[in-house]
Amino acid sequence: MSKSTKRELRSTRDAFGETLLDLAKENSKIVVISADLAESTRILPFAKKYPERFIEVGVAEQNMASVAAGLSFTGKIPVMASFGVFSPGRNWDQIRVSICYNDANVKMFATHTGLSADRDGATHQSLEDIAIMRALPNVKILSPCDFWEAKRAVKAAFEIEGPVYVRLSRAKTEVITTPQHSFKIGKMRIMEKGEKIALVGTGTIVSDGLNAAQEINKKHPNTVRVINCPTIKPFNIKDLLKSLGGIRKIITIEEHQIDAGFGSLICEMLSEEREKYLISRVGMNNEFGESGSFEELKKKYRMDKEGIKKIILDKIKNE
Amino acid sequence: MAKKLPADNNDRLQKIAHDLRITVIKSLEKAKSGHTAGSLGTAEIFTVLYFSELKIDPKKPEKTSRDRFFLSNGHICPILYAALSERGFFDPSEMNRFRQINSLLQGHPDRKTPGVETAGGSLGQGISVAVGTALGLKMSKSDNRTYVMTSDGELNEGQTWEAAMLAAKYKLDNLTWIIDRNLIQIGGFTKQVMPLENLRDKIESFNWYVLEIDGHSIDEIKSSFSMAKRISKRPTAIIAHTVPGKGVSFMEDDPSWHGKPPSPKEAEKAIEEIKKLKKKINED
Ligand SMILES: Cc1ncc(C[n+]2csc(CCOP(=O)(O)OP(=O)(O)O)c2C)c(N)n1
Ligand SMILES: [Mg+2]
Repeated sequence: MSKSTKRELRSTRDAFGETLLDLAKENSKIVVISADLAESTRILPFAKKYPERFIEVGVAEQNMASVAAGLSFTGKIPVMASFGVFSPGRNWDQIRVSICYNDANVKMFATHTGLSADRDGATHQSLEDIAIMRALPNVKILSPCDFWEAKRAVKAAFEIEGPVYVRLSRAKTEVITTPQHSFKIGKMRIMEKGEKIALVGTGTIVSDGLNAAQEINKKHPNTVRVINCPTIKPFNIKDLLKSLGGIRKIITIEEHQIDAGFGSLICEMLSEEREKYLISRVGMNNEFGESGSFEELKKKYRMDKEGIKKIILDKIKNE
Repeated sequence: MAKKLPADNNDRLQKIAHDLRITVIKSLEKAKSGHTAGSLGTAEIFTVLYFSELKIDPKKPEKTSRDRFFLSNGHICPILYAALSERGFFDPSEMNRFRQINSLLQGHPDRKTPGVETAGGSLGQGISVAVGTALGLKMSKSDNRTYVMTSDGELNEGQTWEAAMLAAKYKLDNLTWIIDRNLIQIGGFTKQVMPLENLRDKIESFNWYVLEIDGHSIDEIKSSFSMAKRISKRPTAIIAHTVPGKGVSFMEDDPSWHGKPPSPKEAEKAIEEIKKLKKKINED
């Protein structure tokens, strides 16, 4: 893709809704559970097309999670969807016991993660879901960076047995992959070449990182490498080391609290290596968000292209 | 050794219930921890479930066409384990390893135990899991039924009522909910910790069919199960009035036995009392 082309904007929640419909056509075991957010989570088209495979539990996320487990015990493949703050936010214990401890074949989708609930404010901004989900055994966590990757991640979630959590965004963000890109759970991808600093990111913020890196690389050629990590759990440290290719200066990027989130995960993993790494974490810095447009919020909390660029440039200066 | 399913004779079932009580006492004493009151108080219900009611096969615990029983109040799993072991789901010697390291029998249910349908222990979830399974079986047009037991203290959890609403909404007449109404919970009597009455009205107002029974009467348990099968378009709740610690005079109706095991001396006395009750059945 030429760097000057303006990229298309699409949301990962839309990718989920579309892919779910495609998969449901071939797989009659898929059933969908809603907790009164069918439209926003994009499961409504499924509900309309397959009313006999759709269950509306009402505003009851705890019930939704345990009901999903029970459905899976009859051979169904239950899909549950809500905003990240409510699922897994509200029903974490049900996800822990009914789904993960039971190793139930439930596919969990959270939309509106990160800052993408924007004007709804802090109550609706899911900035802690990676933290609480990655602590759980048995579950796999996927966090796609754009529309096409989300399509592939959703498909991959159904190709494996057992609980999967997929982190999706409401925001229309830049499409940075193509339908041809391959996707494998646990695999990372180098999105931009560079040799001095690595931006390691997850989710739609990777597009901001990519833009920041590409601008810097224009002035300082071959400086910033961008590594996209759509799989948070199980984390593939071998692939990360391979993708880093010896780079020791790292900036992690995520639309999530930096504590106990993706950046922390990278720190934990690399701290067990023999080499020493210098890591900075970009993300929400131990505060709650507020109302505003998605762009305004990303700017204010320094999770936009400029914010990331500044951190990169500081790191270059401190060489 | 796995016991054969005995004839559906109430006296025989009553004897099995007492045998299960003895097994419970022994394994709790050995484990030096665990929940005695609820386990003893539901022995008749578990006996009817596992020796008369449920369509299950101990040799094929995961057979697709089986009835499902979910224990939501997982802390009373000693009685579930006793029933499963007596019915031949696993070797009875496992009962001596309850709550021990590397054991098949966890302190709260784990699906690794043959016959255990769900993890339970975080109260309030089992009824939702059962509703999910009942929904799934209905979607698949299966004739099998789903049973769930919850306790009474557990009904304090809001999730219970979320599940109750959902079951009525989808007219789950393939679901039977048994409530161990023993009037105790951890902190004391339910009426002090959190009054539940009028429980029957509450559940009826959620559009369930409700039965109230003596939870120690084999006959009433059996007939309530068959009544539930005849109700259409509504799920059935059976409020089973039970005596916590039933069968052991010094444990009955005493909330302090909710979560403690008997000492060796207490276990000996308890077993003696239960054996006497069993003997009385022979004499009658
Ligand atoms: C969600 C949850 N909160 C708290 C507990 C701790 N707990 C275990 S048993 C219990 C009392 C429940 O009452 P009940 O089941 O009626 O007790 P029983 O009749 O068996 O003595 C509590 C609060 C728990 N297991 N799960
Ligand atoms: Mg009780």
